[in-house]
Parts: sequence; structure tokens; C-alpha cells
Amino acid sequence: MIGLSRSTWSLAWRESRTARRRLLLYMSSISLGVAALVAIDSFSANIIQSVKEQSRAIMGGDLSFNSSTPFAPATDSLLDSLSREGISLARVTTFPSMAVVPRTAGTRFAQVRGVTENYPFYGTMITDPADTWRELHEGANAIVDPSLLTTLNAQVGDTLKLGFGTFRIIATIKDAPGAAGIAEAFGPRIYIPARYVAETQLLVFGSTADRSVVAKLPPRTDPDDFIKPLRKRFQDLQVRVRTVTQTEMRTSDAIENLSNFIGIVGLVALLLGGIGVASGVRAFVARKIDTVAVLRCLGASSGQVLGIYVTQAAAMGLVGAAAGAGLGVAIQFLLPNVMAGFLPVDVEVTLVPQAILTGLAVGGWIALIFALRPLLALRNVSPLQTLRRDTDADVLRLRWTDSPRIIVNLALVSSVVAIALLRARTPEQALWMSGATGIAILALAISAGLLMWAARRWLRSGWPYVVRQGVANLYRPGNQTRAVTLALGFGAFLISTLYLVQRNVLRQFATAAAESRGNVVFFDVQQDQAAGVDSIVRREGYEVVQLAPVVTMRIAAINGKTVGEMRPVPPGQQGRASWALRREFRSTFREKPGSSEVVTEGKWFGPGALRERVDTGEISMEEGIAEELNVKLGDNITWNVQGVGIPTRITSLRKVTWTRFEPNFFVVFAPPVLAEAPKQFVLLANVLEPSSVALLQRTVVNRFPNVSSLDLTSIRRTVDRIVGRASLAIRFMALFSFAVAIPVLFSAVSATRRARVREGVLLKTLGATRGQIARILLAEYSLLGVLGGLTGMLLSIGGGWAVVRYIFKTPFAPALVPVAGIAAVIVGLTLLIGLLAGRDVFRETPIAALRDA
Amino acid sequence: MLIAREVTKEYQSGDQTIAVLRDVSFTIPQGAFVAIVGPSGSGKTTLLGLLAGLDTPTRGTVLLDESDLGKLTENERARLRGEKVGFVFQTFQLIPTLTALENVQVPLELRGTPGATERARDLIDRVGLKARGHHFPSQLSGGEQQRVAIARAFANAPKILFADEPTGNLDHATGERIFELLQSLNSDGGSTIVLVTHDATLASRASRTIRLLDGEVVEDTDLVAGSAA
Repeated sequence: MIGLSRSTWSLAWRESRTARRRLLLYMSSISLGVAALVAIDSFSANIIQSVKEQSRAIMGGDLSFNSSTPFAPATDSLLDSLSREGISLARVTTFPSMAVVPRTAGTRFAQVRGVTENYPFYGTMITDPADTWRELHEGANAIVDPSLLTTLNAQVGDTLKLGFGTFRIIATIKDAPGAAGIAEAFGPRIYIPARYVAETQLLVFGSTADRSVVAKLPPRTDPDDFIKPLRKRFQDLQVRVRTVTQTEMRTSDAIENLSNFIGIVGLVALLLGGIGVASGVRAFVARKIDTVAVLRCLGASSGQVLGIYVTQAAAMGLVGAAAGAGLGVAIQFLLPNVMAGFLPVDVEVTLVPQAILTGLAVGGWIALIFALRPLLALRNVSPLQTLRRDTDADVLRLRWTDSPRIIVNLALVSSVVAIALLRARTPEQALWMSGATGIAILALAISAGLLMWAARRWLRSGWPYVVRQGVANLYRPGNQTRAVTLALGFGAFLISTLYLVQRNVLRQFATAAAESRGNVVFFDVQQDQAAGVDSIVRREGYEVVQLAPVVTMRIAAINGKTVGEMRPVPPGQQGRASWALRREFRSTFREKPGSSEVVTEGKWFGPGALRERVDTGEISMEEGIAEELNVKLGDNITWNVQGVGIPTRITSLRKVTWTRFEPNFFVVFAPPVLAEAPKQFVLLANVLEPSSVALLQRTVVNRFPNVSSLDLTSIRRTVDRIVGRASLAIRFMALFSFAVAIPVLFSAVSATRRARVREGVLLKTLGATRGQIARILLAEYSLLGVLGGLTGMLLSIGGGWAVVRYIFKTPFAPALVPVAGIAAVIVGLTLLIGLLAGRDVFRETPIAALRDA
Repeated sequence: MLIAREVTKEYQSGDQTIAVLRDVSFTIPQGAFVAIVGPSGSGKTTLLGLLAGLDTPTRGTVLLDESDLGKLTENERARLRGEKVGFVFQTFQLIPTLTALENVQVPLELRGTPGATERARDLIDRVGLKARGHHFPSQLSGGEQQRVAIARAFANAPKILFADEPTGNLDHATGERIFELLQSLNSDGGSTIVLVTHDATLASRASRTIRLLDGEVVEDTDLVAGSAA
């Protein structure tokens, strides 16, 4: 249809001469959306590549075997058989401890890692002083994270006490494989030789520790193939097996999920940009009617005409997309600085051609297809317009049944759905997203229609002239009420939805952390130490908020069926989740529910259950774990507590606020049931002055070296910092959407600008004052702004509710005042842009404008 | 040869049908210089639009070199215009974003004629604007713009040129020169010229005058001459 000869192409180029900049401005509406897509795709590709390159080093081997309890003899002999086959094994035992430097009297909660001499198989430990890693095993040495020295006011060469063991700090870790990430904030790492672990005497009964063995396979052995026949045997021994590829895939999946979410924001930005392109090109098309009519007189076919302008739009769209891609690459190179501390690996930033090309293609296509819609109207411009010019609106009117228009509309919808399908995690999500976008657009179009109808219906001749004129502009021929409402409303919708989601998701953390009643938690307190720790805390004058017993156990059977007989399902499927069936439970017993839990189903233990031991004891389960185990009220669970079977029945379900920093448990027993079980304790104390926390920790650790304690205030600060960063990131995205909305708004308003300027000048010639014209524009644009802002606001409350409720699964509370604030800013922006058009009315002399008309 | 046979054009205005032209018939032989005159609202411009194939009649036929314009599609009419028809308008209708020379090139480029630039330069030269080829329409006076428009109209050596009030926006002296230019192009090149005007003096200098009133032909000097002969 569009036979573009070389000369027509050059005509297209020359004809665009003065309009090029304006057209580029319209097409640049898509730039920011492209930038978002390119930046996020490139950066996540960089992360995934880095994960791939570093995953062996992060794990330290090709395979790892983990258990939270000491390996059973059967496990050890299985591992021995591997080692006889020539597979190298290294052991890492990780456990928490209070680190004490006697010289400075500093104490700090830390993560101790006892490693064998051959660890790690992959990656290098870079130390300061250099090359001291191998010296670790020459004696009772320790190599620590630099942050430990800072908090303990210590230095290399100092003596370090861990439990009952004494070590010499010989170096700090400058760079270990993988990035430390958030974990370091909770406890700095301390590496000690594996053979000195016993000296600390910290690995006593029930203490939290992770025993892990990493394996190095012969070259060119696929870890997954290798472990396949052995996996079941390890699992039966309660040992978790992980391969490098699994870890790689899990990290990549997590990164992809995150980038998909951000990508969706980029996609919506692109869509909003598309709307901007459409309304901008509509204004552009109106300017071109005269030229097209002349071209038609001179023998141009409708195909040639369309070809000329589609070429121009496509070229400018590509330039706009390229600018966006450039910006995206710039953002990609900035991201590692912003994300430092959040990433699982050191990310090497490189250009990702595929991401750039995808951004260019998607952006260029969206720009073109949205531009095509208004451009189609140019086909029908009659050459007769050279002799007798109708209004722009009449010339450009297309019938609903116009088949190219129907085709373009269909292509537009299917492009949006196709791109959503490409980006979203699941087809279902893509359809939801397209559906939500469709609903938003439909709602905005309907409200614009209602506004036009209402303006026509209720306009009264008694109103002041300027108001009547402004209101009438909303429904007169050639109005842009729909386009402006759509751009405004969609922008408002996007920005406030992001805001509401951020507020609702982050509010949870903030309120929960603030409500905790204690701030220092002591754990790994042995049965015979509980009274001692309790009395130290009280003697120092602090409140003991909670002293909870902890009993470790595993599930032996559910409703008479043993775990071995059950067929567990992977996470997310209906049935009993394998992780929940196999995990080690740390349960407690209490007489009353704790302050951070409420019974939601059934009844808390009655006086009978509290008083005496019965054959089948009562337990209360947390809702979430009950769902994972697929159990309900009245089901029977038999527990294996240190080899003793304890039958129980679920008599209540609880909802637990996990984010409150208080000792919380999946399973709570009626006290008589566990009275005789071996246990240890967790103690939560409330120390008002932050400076006293360290002193109390030191006092306890001096008396009971195996008792670890955490200062929740510092953890809370860390969480606050992370939440702060996350909300900064979301605010950045909201601001970004705002930045997207501005060019779109300009494009939408410029569609009416020409008509308004022409009218304004005519009114001026007829004697209208500057103030009168400004008020006419004010009436029109304030109505448009209020309508767009208000509809967007209502839509965002619906959208925010859906996202918070169904994706983040937390309760939703609308924040009307800030959202109304966002709507007000949108209204202000609309007025500003409208009045800028008014300024042009006064810049042009009546003669020039009328001659132009 | 241009033939109009019982051409009627009606417009729908609300539920009323308004006939702008009623049963207009005439034949214009190749090489003629015809003026269509009449007061404002008599249907001159509508007739011009129909004769040039910019629009189609409600009833009747317009034959341009034996092609029935009413039976052609919009794009076929466009091709025919590109090959055989030239236009000059009262408001010049130059494309504002193109230079004078480029405006003249447009019809050549639309047809893909080779050597478009040379031909355009030659035409610009012939209308006496050799030095002004690289100026934009806004930098040219009204008379100069109309000369560019005439050069553009002759770019494809059309068999017939339609001029709608070509001197209407110009002062008397400039208008005079434009008219002379049209006359010389008519006598030198043999192009048919159909001029629409309400200027009686200008019309009187054409070889034939067709007068319209309320959509009907009320006078045709050719018929008078013919009956006199």
C-alpha cells in the first residue's frame, strides 16, 4: 500500500523540517518507559551473569550438604564413601556467639564459621594483611569482618573470646566470595579453624548451628547428575542437599521476579507514553491537513500521504526510543552504587545488546502503533480542503467502521497484551495487568464522556461568559476532553497506586517494630541457666518481658500416618509441604497467648489442659504453618522430642505478627505436655537506655559465655534503613512515573492548544482582555484537571487495594490525604500547562493568527 | 478536452437538500483559456472542484480526456491529477516547510520523475524567481508565492490548469503580471486554462467566459460566438 520511492522518502524528510522538533517532543513521551525497560533488563542480566560466574565461589564448592543438627553416623559414613571415591569435602560449622575482646571489654553478637583447612574450594579469601588465610589453621586464630573490630574497638593481634574458647585475631576479611549483604548487619563473620570449634563449648544441646559440608567434584561432572541417585538417602537423614545450579537458578529467579515487577512499572510508563504519543500526533496531524490537501491536489495517493507521515513518525519514534535507551544505559551504570549492600554478588556492569535492542524495538513499536491511530485520519483528507477548509475535527473524523482503524486498534490491544505476556511472570498476571489497564482506560473514557454530557446538560446561560465559554470548550467539536482526561487520569492512577502500595507494605514494618515491648533478646540459655540470666537482668534493674522455654522437635506423624509414609508436595501446591514436614520445630509452652498473637480459630487451652497431663496433649498452631502442613482443627500430630513420641491434637489456630521482634513460635503446647522435655530458654528484656545494653550483654556473657544476645535496637535500625531504602526506591519510581506524565500531559494539552490559541486571538480581536481569556482557559483546564485527577485517584485506590491484598497479601488502608495531594499536584500541573497555551494567545498578533487560520 | 454533462451537486444540510450546481453542461477543447465567473455563492468553486476531480458530482458526468472522473477511485483521480492537472489557488497553498524550489519538485517526486531538481530549477527560472529558489514561502511576497505556485502547477506539463481567483490576494499590478504569465503559458505550451474569478475585467480577457448564477450557467460566450458564427 505504501509504495515509498526514494524521492518520496526525501520528500518526507524535507517536509518534516520545521515539525521535526515538535514531533520528536511528542514521540519522546515513550523515552522514559524505554529507559526503565533497558535499565532494568540490562542490570538484571548483569546480575544473573555475575551470579553464574560467582555461584561456585559463593557456595565454596559444587555441592553442599546442610543440617541444623549434628550429622548422624549414617550421614558421616555416606560422606566418607564419597570421599573414598575421590571427592574432596570441606566442613563449615556456622553458629552464633557473643564475641568478646577482653582488652577493650567490648561485646558483639557474631556469626562464627568453623572451617576445615581446604575451605573454600573456589574463590579466594582476600585478607588484610594480605595472604593470611592459610595461616588461620596454624593455631587458635580468627579472621574477622572489619566491622567487628570497629564495634569492639579492637585491632588485629587482639585476643578474642568466643564462648569458652580464646583466639587471636590475625587478619580482617577484605573480600570474601559473594557479597556479605544484609547478613553482616546482624552479625559480623568470624572464621576460626574447625578443630577449635569444640573449645568454644557453644555447640551444646539445642543450640542454633548449621553444619555444612561442601564438596568439590571432579572436573566436568554435573553436580545435579552426580547427586541424583543419592538425594533421597540424604533427605531421609534430614540433610539438605544443594547444588551450584540450584542456587544459581534460585538467585536468578529472585532477580527475575524483581525485575519483572519493576519492568511492569516501566511497561505502564511506556503505555502512558503511548497515550502521550497518540495525543501529540493528533495535534501534529491537525497542523498537516493543509499540506496533505495540497499534496492530494498535486497527485499524491492516500498511500503516499500516509507513507510520508508514518515515515516521519517512525523515524522520530526511533530517535525517542534511542534517547530512552541511552538514558537507560546511564541508569544501568548508576544502579550498582544505589543497590550496594542489597546484591548477592559483586556485579560487573556491561552493555547488554539484547536489552538495548528489545527496548528500542518495543519502544519504537509502541510509539509507531500509537502514532498510527491519529495518522490514519490523514488518508481521508480531501483535496477539496484546498478550496474550502472545514474544521480540523470534521476533516479528521473517522468512522467507527473504518477498517484500517479497526485493524490498528486491534493491533494496539494485542501489542499491549503481547508485551505484557513477555514481561509478566505468568500469563494470568499478564492478563490481569492488561485487564486492569483496560478497565482504567475505560473508566477514564467513561468519566470524560460523562463530563462532556454534564457540561452540555447543565451549562446555564446565567453563568458568567468566561465560565460558559470555558465549560463549552469541553464538548464543542474538536475538544480533547477524552485525550486529556486519559493522560491525566492514567498518570494520577499510576503515581498514586505506587504510593499506596509503598505506604501499605512498608507501614507494616514500621508499626510492628515500634510496638515491640523489649529490645534485648538472650538465647541459647540452658535449662540450668534460665534462673541465673533472669536474676542478672532483674538485678540490673531491667524488666524481663518474656522468658520462653524452647523445645526442639520434629513431626513424627500426622493423623496416624508417619512422615515417611506421606507424599509431600513442593511449595505452592495443595498438600503437605515437604519443608514444613521435615523441618526442626522450636516450640514453646505457655499458659496465655503472647502479646503478638491472637487465637483465630478454636479455643485456647482450657483449665483442664493447663492443669494436668493427658494422653493426647493440646497444641495451638500458627495459621500459616497449618496451611503449609495442610492440617486443621482437631487433627492429631505426633511429635518426636529427642526420640520420645508425644501425641497432640490441634485445638486452636493463631495469627502471629512475625514482624514484631518478640519470641514467636509456630507451635505452642499446653504446659503440662512438655513439662518434662529437655529445653532451653529465650529471654526478652527491656532496657530503656541504649547505652546500657552493651553493659548488660557483657555481664551476662561473662557469667554464661554460651548465652548469645541480640540488641534489637540495632537490628531495628538496620531494618529501618532497609525499609528506608526500599521506600526511597519506590518513591523514585513514583517520581519517575510523574516525570513520564509531564511530557504526556504536554502532548495532550498541545492537541487542543492550536484551536484554543486561534479562538483566543479571535476573542482578543473582538475585545477580550487578557484576564478574560485566562479565565476561560482556567475554567476549561481546571475542570479537566479535577476530573482526571479525581478519577485517577479513585482508580488508584482500587488498584492499590488489589495489589496490596493479592500480591503482598496484607491488609489495605487507603491514605486519602496524600493521594488527594497527588491529585492536587496533577490539577496544578494541568492548569500551568493550560495557561502556558494562554500565553501564546498574547504573543501572537491578531493579524498573524487570522491570516494563519 | 474537458466535458461537463448535466453536472448537479447537492449538499445535505439537516433534512434539507441544497443544490449548489444544477445541470451544468459545457465542453472545453484543448488549449482554450476559459474564465468561470459569477458572484460569491454562485457555485464557481464547487464547479472547479468537480472539473478538477477533487470531488464527485451528485449527478451527471465530468470527462477529462475521456476518463469519467466520477467512476475513478480517489487514488486513481489523484494519479490523473498528478499527470494531467495543475492548480493555482487564491491563497497560493505552498507547503510552508519546503523551499520554493522544493515546492516545485513535489509533483515530480510524487510521480518519481527523474531529474526533478533540474526541471524544478528550470521552472523557477521561467517564472522569474531564479534567485529566490531557496527561500521559504514565508520569506516571499504574495506575487512571488503565486509565481512559485504557477511553476509548481506546470511541473508535470499538465494538459489543463485550474486557477481559483489566482490574483484575488494580490495588488492590481502584481495580479496583472500573474495573469500575463498564465496567458503566455497558455499560448506557448498549449495548456488549457480554466480560471475562476469574480473579477469581470480579468474574465473579459479570457477567450471564453462561462457565467454562473445560483448554480446554473446563465451565459457562455462560446455559445454566443458559436451561434453568431
